[in-house]
This record gives sequence, C-alpha cells and structure tokens, in this order.
Amino acid sequence: MAEKGTNLLKKMEISVAEAEKRTGKNAVNMQETYTVYLIETRPVDAPSEGTNPVPDSLWRRYSEFELLRNYLLVTYPFLVVPPLPEKRAEFVWHKLSADNMDPDFVERRRVGLENFLLRVASHPVLSSDKIFYSFLTEENGWKETVFETGFQAKADSRLKALNATFRVKNPDKRFAEMKHYGDELQSVISQLLRVRALRSAAVVQCESLFVLDSEWSAIEKEMGDGLQSAGHHMDAYAASVDDILEEEEHYADQLKEYLFYADALRAVCRKHELTQYELEMAVQDLTSKKQQREELATGTIRTFSLKGMTSKLFGQETPEQREAKLKMLETQIEEGEELFVKSAWVDVERFKEQKDHDLREALISYAIMQISMCKKPLAPDALV
Amino acid sequence: MSGSVVDNTVSSGNSSAAIPTDISGPILDLDEDDDLEVFSKDTTLTDGSSFNASMQTSPASMINQYKFEEEEEEVDTKDIFVTVDNPESHVTAIETYITYRVVTKTTRSEFDSSEFEVRRRYQDFLWLKGRLEEAHPTLIVHPLPEKFVMKGMVERFSEDFIETRRRALHRFLNKIAEHPIFSSTEDFKIFLTAESGELTSHKKQGPGFLSRMGETVKAVAAAVRGVKNRPQEFTDMQEYVEAFSQKISSLDKVTQRIVREQKEYLEELKECGPIYALWSQSEEELAEPLKTVAGCVDRCTKETEEQVKHLNDHLNPVLHEYVLCADTLKAVLRRRDNIQADFEAKTEALATKKADRDAESKVLSLAWDSLVGRSPEEVKQQKRQKLKGEIKEVTFRLSAWAWPD
Repeated sequence: MAEKGTNLLKKMEISVAEAEKRTGKNAVNMQETYTVYLIETRPVDAPSEGTNPVPDSLWRRYSEFELLRNYLLVTYPFLVVPPLPEKRAEFVWHKLSADNMDPDFVERRRVGLENFLLRVASHPVLSSDKIFYSFLTEENGWKETVFETGFQAKADSRLKALNATFRVKNPDKRFAEMKHYGDELQSVISQLLRVRALRSAAVVQCESLFVLDSEWSAIEKEMGDGLQSAGHHMDAYAASVDDILEEEEHYADQLKEYLFYADALRAVCRKHELTQYELEMAVQDLTSKKQQREELATGTIRTFSLKGMTSKLFGQETPEQREAKLKMLETQIEEGEELFVKSAWVDVERFKEQKDHDLREALISYAIMQISMCKKPLAPDALV
Repeated sequence: MSGSVVDNTVSSGNSSAAIPTDISGPILDLDEDDDLEVFSKDTTLTDGSSFNASMQTSPASMINQYKFEEEEEEVDTKDIFVTVDNPESHVTAIETYITYRVVTKTTRSEFDSSEFEVRRRYQDFLWLKGRLEEAHPTLIVHPLPEKFVMKGMVERFSEDFIETRRRALHRFLNKIAEHPIFSSTEDFKIFLTAESGELTSHKKQGPGFLSRMGETVKAVAAAVRGVKNRPQEFTDMQEYVEAFSQKISSLDKVTQRIVREQKEYLEELKECGPIYALWSQSEEELAEPLKTVAGCVDRCTKETEEQVKHLNDHLNPVLHEYVLCADTLKAVLRRRDNIQADFEAKTEALATKKADRDAESKVLSLAWDSLVGRSPEEVKQQKRQKLKGEIKEVTFRLSAWAWPD
C-alpha cells in the first residue's frame, strides 16, 4: 500500500497505537465522552545500540483528524486526498447498534486512522506538508497553527462556489470521464456494502447449538459421546466462523476506504470543474479587457459593454494598470492550466495504480474467504 | 462436499418402536461421516421400549417384542412394505383436501391379497392413530405430522408442505407396520386395504367421540388425584423425557431459524455476483479479478442453495419428528400415571369394601332398615351380595393391569 521511499515514511515510522476514552467539557460547556487516539512516531534509523528508542507520542481526537484533512483538501484541491474512516458507524454488518463507543468500532477506527496517516505520509506531495508534520509532532498549539493559515476562509469561499450551479462550456473530457468513473465506483461499492451478505446470525445459532449440546450430553447415556464430539466440532466451527467474520469486516473496511476515495475523486473533478469555470470566466474577462484596450486605442467603441460603461463612469484605469491586470490574468490562466490540471492528472494516475493494487488484493482474499466458507459444512449438518 | 456413505443402518439394533431404518437413510447422505456413526444409534426411545415391555400383559407379547428386535437386524425379513406417495388434491363443494396414495405389498396371511392400493387423506391417518392409542393407551404410537403449521409460514397447499407431510406420513405408516402389536390390529389392516366407502362405515362403528370424552374426564380426575407410589424407573424416565423434550425443542427452533436466515443470506448473496460483474465494466486493470470474483460468488451461491435445501429437507423434519416423539412419550407417561392412579384408587376401594364385608355389625344401618321393615338378616344378606358384586368387579378390573409386584 505505502510506497516505500517517499518523503516522510523514509524518515519516520508512524502508528496509531491506542485508543482511550476521555471525558471533558465541550464547546457548549457540557460534559461529553470522547475517544482519543495515540499517535506514535519514531525515527526510522534507530541508534546503533539496538535498543528501540521510546517513540514520540501525542493524543488526538477524531475531530482533529478531520481538521487536518479539511486543511489538506483546501490547500491541495487538485489532489485525491486519502479519506478518513467513517464518522459514524454506517453500513454496520455485524452489530445491531451503531454505537460510536463500541470497542470494536473504536478498534476499527483506530486502524482506519493509522491507514490515513500512512497514506498521507507516503504521498509524494502531501507528505511534505508542514501542517501535517506538526500534526504528528506538536501536541499543543497545533490547532492554532492550522487556523492561522487562514484556510478556513478559503474553505468557506470554495464551498460557496462549489455549491453554486455553473456550467462549463468546454468540459475537459478526461475529467468528465474520471468523474463518471467516480460515480460508478461509489454506486457499486455502496451496493455491495448494503448487501448484508453474511452468516453472523447463523453463527450465533451455531453457538447456541453448541451450548445445547454440552448440556444435552450430560443427560443422554449412550449418545453422550456422540453429542460431545458434535459439540466440539461446532465449537471449532464457531471459532473458525469468527475468523471469517473478521475477514469480512476487514474486506468491508477496504471497500469503505475506496468508497470514500471515490468521493474524494469526485471532489477533485468538481473542483476542477470549478477551476475550469473560473478559467473560462477569466478568459472571457481577458478577451473583453483586451477588446476594451483595443477600443480605447483605436477610439472605436464596437460593442456596448457594461464594463466599459462603468469604467467610464467610475474612473478609468491608467493603461499601465490595465496592462498589469491583463498580465496577471494571463499568468493566472497559465498557472491554472499548469498547476491544477497537470498535477491533478499525475495524482489521478497514482491513485489509479494504488486502487488497482489494493482492490485486487482485497478481492482475492475475499474470494478465498468465500470459497472456504462454502467448503465448511454448516454445523447442523455435522450434528446430524 | 462429498462423503462416503457409512452403512450404519444395521448396527442400531437396540431400539424397537424407534427410528433407525428410515431416518438413517437421509442422515447417511451427509458429510462429516466421523460424526455419523455416533448419531445413527438412536436411543431416545430405547427406554421407551423397555417401558413398553413392562406394560405388556402377556408373556406372549414379550416374546413378540424380543423377536422384533432380532428382525430389526435383518431387514429382508420384513413381510410388509408400505409406501405413501402421489399426493393429489380433491375439490368438493364444501372443501378442498389432499389425498395420498397408500400402496401395500405384503406376504402376510391375514391379508386377502398381496398388493393393495388405496387413497387416504390426513383425517384418515388421524383416525388410525386415535384408534391405536385408544386400544393401547400405554404403548407408544409414532407421532403424525402436525395438522397445521402454527406460524403460518407455510401454506397448507404449498408443495413444500405437502411433500414434508407426505414423508412424515410415510414414516408413520412404516413405524406402525414394524410394530409387533400395532401392525396386527384390525384397524391397521382396514386402513391399508379398505376402499373409501368401507373405511367410512368402519370408522363409524366402534367407540367414538363420546368414549374419548369419558377417557379425558377420567384422566383429568386421575391427574388431580395424583400418583402415590410411582415406581422409580418411571420417575427417572419422566425427568429424562422432560429434559430431552426441552433440548430437542430448542434444537428444532434454532435449526428452523438457521434455515430461515440462511435463506435470507442466500437472497442477498445472489445480488452480489451481478454487482461485481457490473463493476468490472467500469474498470480496466481490475476487470479480470472482478469478473472472477463475480463467478466465484455465483458458485458460492449455488453451494449455499444446496446446503439450505439439504437442511430443510433432511435435518428439519427429523428434529421436528423427535419433538413430536418427545410429546408422545410425555403423553404416554401421563396416561400410565393415570392408570396407576386409577389402580390405586380402586385398590383402596377394594380394601374398604372388604373391610365393610367383614364388619360384623352396622348398627345404624340395621336400625334404619328395621324401621323400613326389613329383617336384619335380609339386610345383611343384601349387603353381602352387593359387596361381593362390587369386589368382583374391582378385582376383575385390577387383574387387567397385570401389575408386576
């Protein structure tokens, strides 16, 4: 999964080692219980004595992870930013309650958070981000640092723009395709996650059967041995099914990650659309400004433009100012092209490779698990 | 998913009115043959059979029992073969019902010919069972499939239901045919051979509903009286049957639930395959693996379908039958208790009356009778006669129960 040899991971090992419950007062001064996760970092080149150095560590809540991710999203809109594990337990397969305090959920979330950090740390661009680095190393004051970047304001304005409806005149075909792919991926995976295909309920029954048997063998005389061995068999079966359930959960988690990745992908496309739109607007602007310049130069007013009128009414810019503005627009357009599209495309390729690799592995282990599940005779068969 | 068939049919020789021959068939088709051996020994009704023995009145029938156990070992000495198949539905103005074809092949002399074929409906089976139970209240009659399914999961005329019922009816008749006493009863013979008209008229004879009522009333009275000195073996048996009944009922319920949930799982698994196939269309590198997974899921679906079917067709009916057997056992034990209570009451009555008879004088009653104008001698005579008669009757009744002392 992680590409070894990219920036941050070369230098340090990162892990989310533990989770703990805390209580404290929240923003509205009410008592709340929340979970914190221990992030451990350790330099890769250990001292030559061979003893493992004590890792640096700090505690972070889920909301801080969210803050980090939002920052990354705003700062690198053209990158597919790795997703966080789900906030609330949706798509719950095995448990009936979607309780955030449930130890299993917390454990899976811990794994997901570690995964997130590793993915970011192995990303060629994201891993060198300063805020990310201080997230891992500075417990206090990190939040303030993030807010100081002023990304929130940017985030708000982007959000507004993104939510507005706009139409792009010449949509970039590649991005359109990518968005379409993102849509399909998301739909397919959510369907799979919805299908509650598992035998957990049956397993519970098997376990109760086992209990029955152990009581039963006590009262049967001649069948005693048989019942005992059946009981043992079912015990073994129940244990093995437990393993399978875990594997299924793991598979579900892998699918979920890519479900959220699909989301991130679509977000990139959307942002690109926005940029494209702004680009088009800028080009339009540039064209009309160029036109104006011409008109002014030749003294002919060819088209009646509101802009022209207002600039006449509200004061004219000096030619130098106008030139400067035009130059700025042109560079903006170039940069837009350059930065967004190219980087985005590189990142998308990278994402594709990663996704193919990960999903291939996930699918293979899923298939193996399914087959082995079918091979095991269902416990009651054994009973009879 | 294949297992070699272990031939255990014959080794389960220690049961009489019990399961072996029939059930071990489907059981042996399953996997995990290591466990099979142990299970083909069905002993639940073994105790019942020794229980039977204690209730046999004559040494002759005990010999029958013995011989039957030997017969169990050599299946080819069976001289009567009964099958139930071919359900058909009949529609009349009043109702719709199903009849089953009952085919009998036999070499027994009491049958007029060697092959018979009749059609019977569920009510007829019920009738037969009732008759056998009446005639032999302390013997175990194999249970019939239930009249209707409580939970309404299954419709009365669904194929599944009819097939399950047919199988259970088939087992029922075979159990009766194998039973030394039941299979030689007149009722059984008529059931197998009579044309429908004959059967109806035969049904009308003999003690009917009212006598059944009488029995129930007596039973309730006896239950209220309670049993004083129940022999230990029956108490043990009672406890065992209670415990067994609980266990097997839970097992039955759990298995039914497993089947239900497996079916739900199957429904959803079926959806998975196509989703993977759909996904493979949007992918390039992953297209191949996805298609393979889709294929794999389809295969798994088929396997699971088979498993579910197997559970449903073989395990469930067996478990359910045992539940009914446990109920039957309980009922038989209850009846036995009632009879014992009855016996005890009558013994008491006998003792009292004997005491009465031996009493020299009953001053008060003599006085009364002289008032009425009878001579004391006459009265004594009358009384003696009356008591004698009563004693005779009670003793006669008691002897019918050949109580092992």
